[in-house]
Amino acid sequence: MLSAANLGLVGCDACSLVCVSAPSGEQGFCPRCGEALHSRRKHALQRSWGLIIAALLCYIPANALPVLRTNMLGSTEDDTILGGVVLLYNSGSWPLALIVLVASVAIPLGKLIALSYLLLQVQRGRVTSTRDKTKLFRVVEVIGKWSMLDVFVDAYTVAMVQLQPLMSVEPGPGIVFFAAVVVLTVLAAEYFDPRLIWDAEGGVVP
Amino acid sequence: MPSGLSRCAALTATAIVLLLLANMTPLMSLSVLGRNSSTTILNGAVQMWHQGQPIAAAIIAFCAIIAPGAFLTAMAAVLNAARRPTVPAWTSEILRWTRYLHAWSLIEVMLLGLLVSLVKIAQLARVGADIGIFAVGALTVLFPLIVANFDAAEIWSRIEWVAQADTAARRGSDARS
Repeated sequence: MLSAANLGLVGCDACSLVCVSAPSGEQGFCPRCGEALHSRRKHALQRSWGLIIAALLCYIPANALPVLRTNMLGSTEDDTILGGVVLLYNSGSWPLALIVLVASVAIPLGKLIALSYLLLQVQRGRVTSTRDKTKLFRVVEVIGKWSMLDVFVDAYTVAMVQLQPLMSVEPGPGIVFFAAVVVLTVLAAEYFDPRLIWDAEGGVVP
Repeated sequence: MPSGLSRCAALTATAIVLLLLANMTPLMSLSVLGRNSSTTILNGAVQMWHQGQPIAAAIIAFCAIIAPGAFLTAMAAVLNAARRPTVPAWTSEILRWTRYLHAWSLIEVMLLGLLVSLVKIAQLARVGADIGIFAVGALTVLFPLIVANFDAAEIWSRIEWVAQADTAARRGSDARS
């Protein structure tokens, strides 16, 4: 397959101008906007892996620790992410339970699995079903931000329900880990370079 | 100025007014047993901060207020500069930021979060939606419209190129170091 890199061309990441690559060993800059030119994002795999591993580590406390603590007439109740979904389902609003389940459980987990899969495939030099993999990456990029939903739900529930001593809600220690998972996975997708999906050794695809 | 850009400028101006409105009016109010409370966008972050979650508070403030505000300001600056036939070189730096600022503006996620928390609280108390939440609703429509009408490639094509000398100087200093 013909690629820009093979032809000695490189697209500017910022302004999309097609530039002639700098001689090897030299750093080229875009003549139009001054951005440093890279044929592929630098250290894309290492950076993505680092962020994914950090996200996986945060994922455990994010689900194990409570994200919301409800004080109601002297009794206290702790809710984890999954506990909140169950609570919504039991209170009869299953569509909301489904939305929160998808945003808070399915999307973060799906993203971690999808990104790990793409990184492993790239590392092994697999160039099969490249189109599907590129689509998978685009889906990961687009849906990623929706897992921030639970952080907003908790923040505004806390902000609203401050009726001491009758009833009050406070955030639990899990919420910061959950927010960290979302931010880290979004950054992992940002550092990954989808062009790597198409790169076999020598950049030739049958 | 191409029609897409003037439409984009009109949408950006509308969005700036709505973002101010969304931030200055209450989003929703609650009443239970004769007690009332209401919240604003900023209050969501402030309460998180007071309750011992400064990092979560910072993330909320950034995604709900700082990034959308900075995005609209950057768009206004770029669109204003784009009225000239040759777009000045400093615009390229701001144009580069807009992509990231838009990616971190989670207005639509916040709206869904607000609606979920509204329904959750409705089981415990009487709640009502206020002006702020409608302004947030309008913003979720405006942000994609701004991006859809914004032809970045057209602006890039008219931008003043970074001086050839500057690139050479940078290359020279890299070689020396």
